[in-house]
Amino acid sequence: MISSTIARKVAMALSGLFLILFLGQHFTINMTSVFSERIFNLISHFMGNNPLVQFVLQPILIFGVLFHFIMGLVLEYQNSRSRRIKYVSYKGSANASWVSRNMIISGVVILSFLGLHFYDFWVPEINYKYVEFLPEDPDRYFEELVHKFHSPVRVSLYALSFVFLALHLYHGFASSFQSLGFNNKYSRGLKWFTVAFSWVIPAGFIFIAIFHHLNG
Amino acid sequence: MNLTLKIWRQANAKAKGEMVTYSISDVSPDMSFLEMMDMHNELLIDRGEDPVAFDHDCREGICGMCSMFINGEAHGPDRLVTTCQLHMRKFKDGDTLTIEPFRANAFPVIKDLAVDRSAFDRIQQAGGFVSVNTSGNTQDANAIPIDKHDADKAFDAATCIGCGACVASCKNASAMLFVSAKVSQYALLPQGKIEATDRVLNMVNQMDEEGFGNCTNTGACEVECPKGISLENIARMNREYLTASLKD
Repeated sequence: MISSTIARKVAMALSGLFLILFLGQHFTINMTSVFSERIFNLISHFMGNNPLVQFVLQPILIFGVLFHFIMGLVLEYQNSRSRRIKYVSYKGSANASWVSRNMIISGVVILSFLGLHFYDFWVPEINYKYVEFLPEDPDRYFEELVHKFHSPVRVSLYALSFVFLALHLYHGFASSFQSLGFNNKYSRGLKWFTVAFSWVIPAGFIFIAIFHHLNG
Repeated sequence: MNLTLKIWRQANAKAKGEMVTYSISDVSPDMSFLEMMDMHNELLIDRGEDPVAFDHDCREGICGMCSMFINGEAHGPDRLVTTCQLHMRKFKDGDTLTIEPFRANAFPVIKDLAVDRSAFDRIQQAGGFVSVNTSGNTQDANAIPIDKHDADKAFDAATCIGCGACVASCKNASAMLFVSAKVSQYALLPQGKIEATDRVLNMVNQMDEEGFGNCTNTGACEVECPKGISLENIARMNREYLTASLKD
């Protein structure tokens, strides 16, 4: 089934929606850092040490991320080969948004950001827990977060990446429902929700970064 | 109007094509685009040159034969019209017009601007039909109650003329809009329910075999479709396909 064009569309949509769910959860946790150091540390410690999160949900998430990106690259490659002789004049902007035509660009920027994020967060975390076997410190998370946002370069890269995430979501979120066959009288309302989500959540992440940069 | 035409010239399917520049004078704004092309061909013939090959038939927007990619858009800059319904008043004196064939691996060029769209025929043959019992006790179609809402949607889907503008416009050369229109026009009607499972699976499989690209929901096909076929049909086809895959 995965060999058909529709199956590939559905697979992209489902993996994208799964990542959007994760994004919402990640945002909620990060937002607590603005209001309460104690709650942020509490939730971060739970997420970082709960076996279900660490050994079941985390591998599923990594698989989801890899699947979405690899499938996206495969689709881009296949699509680029479906018209070997290109048009001399092709006015893509006349009938489709830049965002919808360039999901690969926003996707690659997000992938690059994830590389930075893994280097910044995931690698030190794995090193702390499973390489150096350092003693558990339930209060370290907030300070580590604030420390990361000291650098204006990192905050700028972070903000830029989230602008591209917003663009990616702007097309991808609503598009995933279309791929799953959802196009009816509720689609208009859903479109508004997805557009709001696409801008509010990335803007929230940028706000958190700037907040800790200014207050850290 | 005086115009510069940049036209794709290709002697045959195997030849290497190129854009050739021509000048044309005294074009009336009231001419249709194809009449302008006819006029240009007459000038070429007078000069002893090979006329430009292009597809056309009814010249009233219902046969789906005309297929030019004009100034970067399928059927030109106007909306909800085929090339034959496009008029020269849409352009200005002194304009340069770039005229290319519909491009897709699945639509190979036959000559100049004429492309082979028989891939669409093979997709239709794979499932775009209903079997009607003609044993003598066939029910009159008009006696079968059909919800007005469904009948309207089926009719809208059936207005697809199979011109291929959706494929030509899509950055991925996807044929989803065409196939979904053909799937929808039967899926919505009781006569089409009997073969619904096989139809969508066979038509999508044939579409994939023909080498069309994947749909990424840019919506370009819907904008450029001369008949205004809606993306709603693609969503319906996706539902039909997923349901059929589970049943099969």
